[in-house]
Amino acid sequence: MYKYDEYDQQMVDTRVAEFRDQVRRRISGELTEDQFKPLRLQNGLYLQLHAYMLRVAVPYGTLNSVQMRLLGDIADKYDRGYGHFTTRQNIQYNWIKLDETPDILAELATVEMHAIQTSGNCIRNISSDQFAGAAADEIIDPRPYAELLRQWSSFHPEFLVLPRKFKICVIASETDRAAMRLHDIGIKMVKNDAGEIGAQFYAGGGMGRTPMIAPMIRDFVPLDQLITFAEACLRVYNRYGRRDNKYKARIKILVHELGRDEYVRQVEEEFAHLLTQPIEPPLAELERIKAHFTDPAFDAGASDDLDLSDPDFRLWVQRNTQAHKQPGYIVATISLKPIGGIPGDASADQIRLMADLGRDHSFDELRVTHAQNIVLPHVKKADLYTVWKALDEAGLATPNLDTVGDIIACPGLDYCSLANARSIPLAQKISQRFASPERQAQIGELKLKISGCINACGHHHAGHIGILGVDKKGVENYQLSFGGSEGADTSLAKITGPGFDEDGVVDAVEKATDVYLANKQGEERFLDTYRRIGMDPFKEAIYG
Amino acid sequence: MVEVQFRFRDDEAVNDAAVTVDAFVADGFAQTNATAVRIEPGDDARALLPQLDRLALIEVNFPAWTDGRGYSSARLLREAGYTGEMRAVGDVVIDMLGHLQRCGFDAFAPDKALNPDDAKNAFARWDNVYQATVVDGRQAIWAKRHPA
Repeated sequence: MYKYDEYDQQMVDTRVAEFRDQVRRRISGELTEDQFKPLRLQNGLYLQLHAYMLRVAVPYGTLNSVQMRLLGDIADKYDRGYGHFTTRQNIQYNWIKLDETPDILAELATVEMHAIQTSGNCIRNISSDQFAGAAADEIIDPRPYAELLRQWSSFHPEFLVLPRKFKICVIASETDRAAMRLHDIGIKMVKNDAGEIGAQFYAGGGMGRTPMIAPMIRDFVPLDQLITFAEACLRVYNRYGRRDNKYKARIKILVHELGRDEYVRQVEEEFAHLLTQPIEPPLAELERIKAHFTDPAFDAGASDDLDLSDPDFRLWVQRNTQAHKQPGYIVATISLKPIGGIPGDASADQIRLMADLGRDHSFDELRVTHAQNIVLPHVKKADLYTVWKALDEAGLATPNLDTVGDIIACPGLDYCSLANARSIPLAQKISQRFASPERQAQIGELKLKISGCINACGHHHAGHIGILGVDKKGVENYQLSFGGSEGADTSLAKITGPGFDEDGVVDAVEKATDVYLANKQGEERFLDTYRRIGMDPFKEAIYG
Repeated sequence: MVEVQFRFRDDEAVNDAAVTVDAFVADGFAQTNATAVRIEPGDDARALLPQLDRLALIEVNFPAWTDGRGYSSARLLREAGYTGEMRAVGDVVIDMLGHLQRCGFDAFAPDKALNPDDAKNAFARWDNVYQATVVDGRQAIWAKRHPA
């Protein structure tokens, strides 16, 4: 994975000094809270209901064991012994003291980490495929391009105060595991007819209160024009994105109001101009970055056999592992969704244990997924049972990846000052209702996502089952929707009808799974059955 | 008129009264012979391009520093070859000084005078930068990594 050089290190160290100075000016009163807010946000520091929350960047979700271990230590030292992994492949701490944040950042900088632009109206942490470099179906590792973009977007002087936040995602396989088209800019690395690698650009996707799927805006950007093209996309947005209404300020609204073709025309015009400016890094820089992402030293003779005689182990392997491109290896996902737990939460001890397993059994690499789980990307099949045993003892071996128990949920009203309803207790109730592993196995893949307000941090628009918490005359109310998907077949979920109270929505979810099981044909997933039979049979069961 | 607090130019200060972009471009640039113009966030800075040579001062107004359109305005005018004074006016804050400079601003007239020590630190904050913006004359980190 990427290793900082002296320049990268100097950049994060300088940021620590700058933020320390900003905190000093805030505490001395030189800066008011109003003045400080946009500054702290650009450094991932939010003021929530009970305390400050600090969001630490995990660029494209990739971590080494030393970094992971420090995340656990920070949870102990500065928080209440927990960290919360997020849908942006980051981690956040919910009980932070303002005067301690510069010290936390200084500690992070010692392991090449930071909280730069994890919030605020700027280019955010760049996300990617959590199986990058390990997936059997990728055409190339997307992370070097994400790293190139990370450096370009860090402290970009023209784009620090955009109309609204800006999220970029880079993938490089047909199967989209990162919701690429639900980003402000989605980039898919592709190969053209001549066999050259280039970038396919999508723009104007997003969730929030107006969910939109990004249209393609260019099918092939050559690698030696990648940064210039991104810069053109951003400049048009910075100049013409709406600033009169924060709910209409995302690039999706600009692309929608101008129309895709007119946005493309403006970008191409700006791109033609920017090509005359010497702003593109040389390909040698991309090559330098790529050298950090070569394959680990796989054992070419590793056995492809797996002893599945332990039934609990077999269940976990079936549910939580994926094929690796290298024979004898496997991709293992650690579920942070124990029955009745808080989705995405891990204790300091659990974080350190995962760090150790990554160090000893995954070539020192771990990944954070947008579904709030952790991946060990390169596990030797011969080691898998040992790994599973260790996870099981730590309560980290729940075999529920992509099932109804693997719920994505935002922090909701328990923490977030924007929320209208609680998300976590609802996720816990649903998880408990479907606790039986047999039942989860029977229902199979079912992506359930919960947001506690219209901002959709819990990705409810993209859930096979989506739940949105709203405030209805002072009472929490939950709207149910079906049919969303974030994969290559991206679609937005449709609302079923009137909302429910907390117990009512759990019952409705259960009824929906009954309808699915009664109508399922062959290997159909919930989503497939829903798409085939439509909303009516579900509505009848839920409201009838 | 708000005072220029920081200026990084050797030539004489320009004190011409700035006209609006609309006034400057009116009647095919014939309505006024002003040599200074003031750009508001909603203005299209590119409208000035045909008569850029005439200008000695461009003021870019920031009614709120969190409205970032002025950064693009300044940078694209520098890219088009403008060499006169580019002055940031309005809600100019300490923490953005270095970034404004990198987008081509060389004069700063904040509504409220800034603490000179903090400002000095802010201008000098970043020894290195990740991007080539051209207009700031600085070499990007990638260029230092791959000397020609």
